[in-house]
Amino acid sequence: MIKQLKKIFIYSGAFSLLFLSVSCEKGKNISITGSTTVLPIAQSCAEYYMYNIDKKAKITVSGGGSGVGIAAIIDGKADIGSSSRKIKEEEINNAKNKGVNVNEIIIALDGIAVIVNNGVNLTNLTMEELKGIYNGSVNNWKQVGGEDKQIIVVSRDTSSGTYGSFIEMVLHKDKLRSDAMMVSSNQAMATTVSQTPFSIGYIGLGFLNSSKIKALKINEVEASESNIKNNTYPISRTLQMYINGNPQGDIKKFLDFILSKKGQELIEESGYIKL
Amino acid sequence: MKKHSVKKTNDTVFYIIITLASVSSVFILFGIILSIFSQGLKLFNSYNFLDFITGLNWYPVYDPPDFGILPIIAGSLLITSLTIIIAVPFSIATAVYISEIAKPHEKEILKPVIEVLASIPSVIYGLFGMAVFAPFIQKLLNLKTGFNAFTASIILGIMIIPIISSISEDAINAVPMNLREASYALGATKWETIFKVVLPAAKSGIITSVILGIGRAIGETMVVLMVAGNSAVIPKTIFDSVRPMTSTLASEMGETPVGSTHYYALFAIAAVLFVITLILNFIIGLIRGSLKTRHNN
Repeated sequence: MIKQLKKIFIYSGAFSLLFLSVSCEKGKNISITGSTTVLPIAQSCAEYYMYNIDKKAKITVSGGGSGVGIAAIIDGKADIGSSSRKIKEEEINNAKNKGVNVNEIIIALDGIAVIVNNGVNLTNLTMEELKGIYNGSVNNWKQVGGEDKQIIVVSRDTSSGTYGSFIEMVLHKDKLRSDAMMVSSNQAMATTVSQTPFSIGYIGLGFLNSSKIKALKINEVEASESNIKNNTYPISRTLQMYINGNPQGDIKKFLDFILSKKGQELIEESGYIKL
Repeated sequence: MKKHSVKKTNDTVFYIIITLASVSSVFILFGIILSIFSQGLKLFNSYNFLDFITGLNWYPVYDPPDFGILPIIAGSLLITSLTIIIAVPFSIATAVYISEIAKPHEKEILKPVIEVLASIPSVIYGLFGMAVFAPFIQKLLNLKTGFNAFTASIILGIMIIPIISSISEDAINAVPMNLREASYALGATKWETIFKVVLPAAKSGIITSVILGIGRAIGETMVVLMVAGNSAVIPKTIFDSVRPMTSTLASEMGETPVGSTHYYALFAIAAVLFVITLILNFIIGLIRGSLKTRHNN
């Protein structure tokens, strides 16, 4: 019995030492958390950086949402907080109260494509029509020039950065219709819209790959990379990373890499638009 | 003498370890209750309790926000009751078949299959529902959308069949053989014996299993998040998309600033869910208690 107890003590001691040693090696670690939209960029850049640029660097990347990323910077829980929306006034004030000086680095552009099920025989919506569909004043496709069928409206849920950007850019001060179906990821959005006849949804441009959905033109402008760069496509946004203070040391090195030619190439490969 | 004292210290050590382990669960439970309710109650510093429970609009991130959870409670209740309607007949039939009718070699196949059904992670059920079953239901019934309360309830029903049927089966097995024999001796057929003697005798166990099933259905998160469609409106038909309490918590907690009203509102929903499950447990206790006293009388 005593022997077994001793064993248990020895093992637990060994494990705690292990954890201690891991947490001591913090010097070269960079932690990135935040937007699920920025996640693929952060992942591919971190992988390339660790394999090819600084082999000693350890970059941990996690998701959670834009709010999580910004909160992590405010609370000092991560080195870099990624976000698909701009930081809010109250968050900046909150950070100042905690002595954190939030610094924003824009790393890429992203457009939100409006998608419909393949069965919808429309190619264009105006921003006004889109707003009507999402605030609940337009219920039938015939009101916007389509068939006499009820519109099934799909939205991302409130924790999504894409939701925040879409609501801000399309609905302005209006409320989202309460009967909209809510999905929790870009992939779930593509699946839901492709499987639901006469449905409409929205999705990050990088996720537009299913053949069962099609993107609509907005105000006769196609959701394409060039139209987002020249600022003619109305539903586009910047993706950013937030840090505390001016970038220094390894964090600066990593951020410089993202903004470098190779980093921006990786961003394009992830389906986003380089600066 | 020395050996004896070693034995004694061993005894004390293990007494302490075992006591700590069992007491810790009490502390954990009270810790959870305390943290959920203390956070949840903070909502009512700035938001009216009646508006919260009876409000029809859930707009947590607007200015000013609405935190009405009636549609969300309605979503949970609709899905749970549909699930029970679907699952209970199947489960009890399964239990009766396994314990009363099945031949030994059938039992050997059926029981493990049902156990496997119980061990499938809910996210796999959700994935199946999202990719296969919802589109199938949508086409089959020509609905607006396959992501609705009905589809979610069928999948939840399949998930809780193993729970209800295995506990019911135990209850049916526990019915003394002499009751059955007495029934046969009076000339009753097998069906009469099952329906008029065995099932009534196993009633308390069966009702307990159903309530445990309800608890599982109302607390299940992944399937409803993936299949129920998540519209925060009071459903008019069973084919409307609904948004239960669990999926509201799961989908919104990640992005909610700690200490905001929205954060407290989510904790308040968690508290409501917790109270509902507590009531269910309480009912189980009542049923067991009342049936026990009846037996004793």
